[in-house]
Amino acid sequence: MNLARRTLIGIPYLWLLLLFLVPFGIILKISLSDVTLAIPPYTPTLDLTEGWSGIRAFLRGLDWENYVFLTEDDLYWKAYLSSLKIALISTFFTLCVGYPIAYGMARAAPEWRPTLMMLVILPFWTSFLIRVYAWIGILSSEGYLNQFLQWIGLISEPLQIMNTPTAVYIGIVYTYLPFMILPIYATLDRMDESLLEAAEDLGCSRLSAFWMVTFPLSRSGIIAGCFLVFIPAIGEFVIPSLLGGSSTLMIGKVLWEEFFSNRDWPVASAVAIILLLILVIPIILFQKNQEKEQEADA
Amino acid sequence: MMKKVTLLAVAGSMTALTAAAEEVRVYNWSDYIDEDLLAQFEEETGYDLVYDVFDSNELLETRMLAGGSGYDVVVPSGTFLQRQIQAGAFQPLNYDLLPNAVNLWDVIQNRTAQYDPGNQYAINYMWGTTGLGVNVNRVQEVLGDDAPIDSLALIFDPANMERLAECGVHLLDAPTEMIPAALTYLGEDPDSHDPDVIARAEEVLAPIRPYVLNFHSSEYINALANGDICVAFGWSGDILQARDRAAEADNGVEIVYHAPTEGALMWFDMMAIPVDAPNPEGAHAFLNFIMDAHNMAAASNYVYYANGNLASQEFLEEDVIGDPAIYPDAATLENLYTTTPYEPRVQRVVTRLWTRIKSGT
Repeated sequence: MNLARRTLIGIPYLWLLLLFLVPFGIILKISLSDVTLAIPPYTPTLDLTEGWSGIRAFLRGLDWENYVFLTEDDLYWKAYLSSLKIALISTFFTLCVGYPIAYGMARAAPEWRPTLMMLVILPFWTSFLIRVYAWIGILSSEGYLNQFLQWIGLISEPLQIMNTPTAVYIGIVYTYLPFMILPIYATLDRMDESLLEAAEDLGCSRLSAFWMVTFPLSRSGIIAGCFLVFIPAIGEFVIPSLLGGSSTLMIGKVLWEEFFSNRDWPVASAVAIILLLILVIPIILFQKNQEKEQEADA
Repeated sequence: MMKKVTLLAVAGSMTALTAAAEEVRVYNWSDYIDEDLLAQFEEETGYDLVYDVFDSNELLETRMLAGGSGYDVVVPSGTFLQRQIQAGAFQPLNYDLLPNAVNLWDVIQNRTAQYDPGNQYAINYMWGTTGLGVNVNRVQEVLGDDAPIDSLALIFDPANMERLAECGVHLLDAPTEMIPAALTYLGEDPDSHDPDVIARAEEVLAPIRPYVLNFHSSEYINALANGDICVAFGWSGDILQARDRAAEADNGVEIVYHAPTEGALMWFDMMAIPVDAPNPEGAHAFLNFIMDAHNMAAASNYVYYANGNLASQEFLEEDVIGDPAIYPDAATLENLYTTTPYEPRVQRVVTRLWTRIKSGT
């Protein structure tokens, strides 16, 4: 193997090392230390000027008690489970909304597709934060949605949507919709339409042709889309804190509280490490799926 | 505007890391100054002022303890100041650079000295009480003309809250404010650090939880002013700002503020200079500017909070200095209590209790 090739392979690993393993190591280190009132608010800190004895003293100070603490209070498990539930439900609804849109785009006349694609991507030009804020204006009890529903006479009292889990689902589905649409569109776009003609020639109705041909062929896009929505949704902090009110329990908020209210960086780091471990499973599944995909393409 | 402050402040502060010497970077509470003063400061001193805002002491404290915040002036409240001084987060003030310190009010200085002995590290910016903001007409519609609008029973008696839920109640998302209030209602010491006593706050807060629309520390200003909610437990000046916004909008909403008769928390927001401030000289210039009697009066006239500046009192408008909700009379003053910082172990009990109350878990 020549040098150029090694370098080429090395770059992604260097990337992984710098942007994943090093931060992970730092968080892991903090999660093993103890809280104290100082800058920074944890101990032990690594003192390299002391040489080996400094490193030894540092290692002696580390322990796993913060992880033990997490098992002693049911708050953390409930928060992980609640985040999991919210992420699963929102992923499901994102799929329900995203799939028809992707399907419509893939079946649209070719000259329209770039425009439709543009429309899906366009919201990214506005800050994510501002788009979530806009939902406050839509969903609040004096908001546009309630005004509209009252105007058409469907309801007489404003619906309480803001500060409920429903608002969180709406926020997540809206925010992550493009991540669902784009991979599904990509697979549907590549699909050979003559397969559908063949199915119909062989006596399939249009609906069963969809379920027997189109849907299985778009499976890889669906899986990719679901992971792209599920993984960030589980750790989501901004949407539940802006739209969800105080009763929505999510691990992102628990982490925030450990960090900001308790000033307990070690426990906050332990919560983050466990979240990462929980996410590693779907990430590996996603990776496997991508590899299979590439093999199938090859 | 103020709903976005917390997150925008997080985003805004990313840029604060690259502070240049001729800039003064101030990190203050949201809706807490007459913005004309900011332009005036730049004009008078030649410094470029970068002014970011936050809406929780916890957020500020985390940034102070992380170090390298890039700010020159920050504004923690008394108990938080005390803990951050212990952590070594601030530098002592150089009073030679603060000639306007002669304007300070000894009554307030004596009280703030319990957090910062000798007032070495900070000067008082504003002070106030935590109490009840009430949309009088709506509350009387719901509870009748004899509604206890100046009593903690308004928000802590489940029978009242059940009926108030239909017009909306916001409470502060600040356990260090709400738990002392709940303990006061029970007749316990509001400043208790005993976990068993603190746990009793749950007896008060859990039964009313279902009727609270939201726990939030800045949304209630607009929500009260717009008539979206009818009761808020919040900071005095914020509620008085809501009163004025409603009056300006002429929307028929009439807001009053009462410090609860059972006793109210008195708090002090203190201006201090981080130990690693990039521009301590500019920070002192800002503090000195703020302590000018005219400037401080302009700030209080705008935000409806009392200040710790005696000389400014002659320039205060009558609806500020003459309003007992802002400058309490002697009787009310006696009814005010202060709190001290929780130890880390007790803090965890408090936060956990608060999470359980808010989320039911």
